[in-house]
Amino acid sequence: MGRMTFVYRRLLLLIPTVLGVTIITFFMIHLIPGDPARTILGIHATPRAVAILHREWGLNRPLASQYWLFMDRLVHGNLGTSLYYGVSVSSLITSHLPATLWLICYAAALAIVISVPLAMIAASRKNAVRDHVVRVVPLLGLGMPAFWLALILQTEFAVRFRLFPVTGYGTGFVGHLHSMFLPALTVAVALCPVVIRSLRASMLNVLGADFVTTARAKGVPAPRLFVRHVLRNAVIPAVTVLGINIGFLIGGTVIVESVFAVDGVGYLMINSIFQRDFPVVQGVALIFGIMVVVVNLLTDVAYASLDPRVRFDR
Amino acid sequence: MSAISLTPAAPAPAATAERAQPRRARWYRQPALMAGLVIIGIILFMVIAAPLITPYNPDTQNLNAILLSPSAHHWLGTDQEGRDTFSRLLYGGRTDLRIAFIAVLFPFALGTMLGSVAGYFGGWVDLLIMRLVDIVVAFPFFVLIIALVFVLGPGERSIYIAITLVGWVSYARIVRGEILVAKRQEYVLAAQSGGLSSVRIMARHLLPNVITQAIIYAMSDIVQDILAIVTLSYLGLGIQPPAPDWGTMISDGQNFLTTHWQLTTVPGLVVVVTGLGLSLIGDGLADLMRPGQS
Repeated sequence: MGRMTFVYRRLLLLIPTVLGVTIITFFMIHLIPGDPARTILGIHATPRAVAILHREWGLNRPLASQYWLFMDRLVHGNLGTSLYYGVSVSSLITSHLPATLWLICYAAALAIVISVPLAMIAASRKNAVRDHVVRVVPLLGLGMPAFWLALILQTEFAVRFRLFPVTGYGTGFVGHLHSMFLPALTVAVALCPVVIRSLRASMLNVLGADFVTTARAKGVPAPRLFVRHVLRNAVIPAVTVLGINIGFLIGGTVIVESVFAVDGVGYLMINSIFQRDFPVVQGVALIFGIMVVVVNLLTDVAYASLDPRVRFDR
Repeated sequence: MSAISLTPAAPAPAATAERAQPRRARWYRQPALMAGLVIIGIILFMVIAAPLITPYNPDTQNLNAILLSPSAHHWLGTDQEGRDTFSRLLYGGRTDLRIAFIAVLFPFALGTMLGSVAGYFGGWVDLLIMRLVDIVVAFPFFVLIIALVFVLGPGERSIYIAITLVGWVSYARIVRGEILVAKRQEYVLAAQSGGLSSVRIMARHLLPNVITQAIIYAMSDIVQDILAIVTLSYLGLGIQPPAPDWGTMISDGQNFLTTHWQLTTVPGLVVVVTGLGLSLIGDGLADLMRPGQS
């Protein structure tokens, strides 16, 4: 299978996946026990309000026609209206998206900055004490509740030592970098175990390659060997791991944003849960789902075009 | 009951491993596995023997003794309602670990079943199941779990449903991959030409050979489930008060973090250590099954 065929095939597979994502988010309201409209609006809802919601979502129509209505609005960029804020869900999400994208990129960058040296230390001598330490310590991050770490970091570094703002997103590039350091670090800690593990494995792989032996034989000093030869070849898999784990990354931001009150999409989602603002929760789930699908596609295609050894038949 | 599901899982595959390759490291010589088993063993023992270890009822409020510092009577002090923190920690572990160990069974069973069917039959069944996997995988784990529990209503039942609906995909992927390789081997071909039914071949011949990978994954999956449960409880969607649970403890304690740090820090640390123990067991099992591929 050729390169372009692979890309087309991947694009074609995107269609059923995205359709599936819309179907799942659509069906969410039907999982609500009882009459969704009544449950969402609460016990004090007037019959009129319930009737309006019924009409808006077409709840009295057949399921297929409800889904058609949902999709018709969706392709026109209409994700419904927030019950709490009274504005369109799409505008809410658009205004909250920059903070989340910032956090995702920042966390990914921090994860790389933390993982690369650690993986290098581990891979530099397989099965040595340092290797075991680097392999075990990140396991702590794997089982660490993100909200808990966020609370601890916040109390220690923001409240006690006042090194960082307690909450918020900051203003300007430097402000964002400063304010979002603790939130990004929290997300990165959860991500590091996965990245370190795959980076270490790919570095060990590269270290065994012939070109490394050649470089060693030529007398290339160890630091230079690591940076110029090993790291270069090992970083592509690490970036791929980040791409594959984008869902994990996004999931991590949701909780962390609400602890640090970073005004992103995750914070919006959690707040909407407390307000029982169903259309917003549904809209955020949909946007996150589509985001993951697109990033996974880009990772696949980028990986395939960067690495000539990737085979296209699956 | 949750204890039983874990402990026999470790020695059983080890026994087969020893038979296959006598010189392979025995399970008790795997440092990661041993460390993990010790950690989880201690935690499970303390949680199960909670009534013998602590004299306090986790739910009894004593408004004359609120927010006490750690002392000989209250090892970890008391919370804002005068309940003994150590006691709530142990009983909270009962709740969280019971739910986590039960919750992992449903996606394990569903995923293994769907994965075997997809891998064994191939064709449109495979296509359908794997597209379904793609769709569920598209959602970030926590986002989908939180959204599902939100629509289903808070509580234990919703946690089981949400974790099952989201968690089965990984098992399906793992088991399908293993089955794809295993079904081409002679013993399967022999069973097929012997006229055995597909169900029998899958259940009696294929599954015992492919299930170890799913069991290894289940260890890290329990960690994920514990995190999901405490996160949901932290958000007020999981275990409902007054039932003790680590997530609610962290959430209640966060208001007193600067003055009574132990209320939040200790339950979180226990979650971390539990996660570490389970991850070590998973890693150790993986090393035991695939030597040389650490």
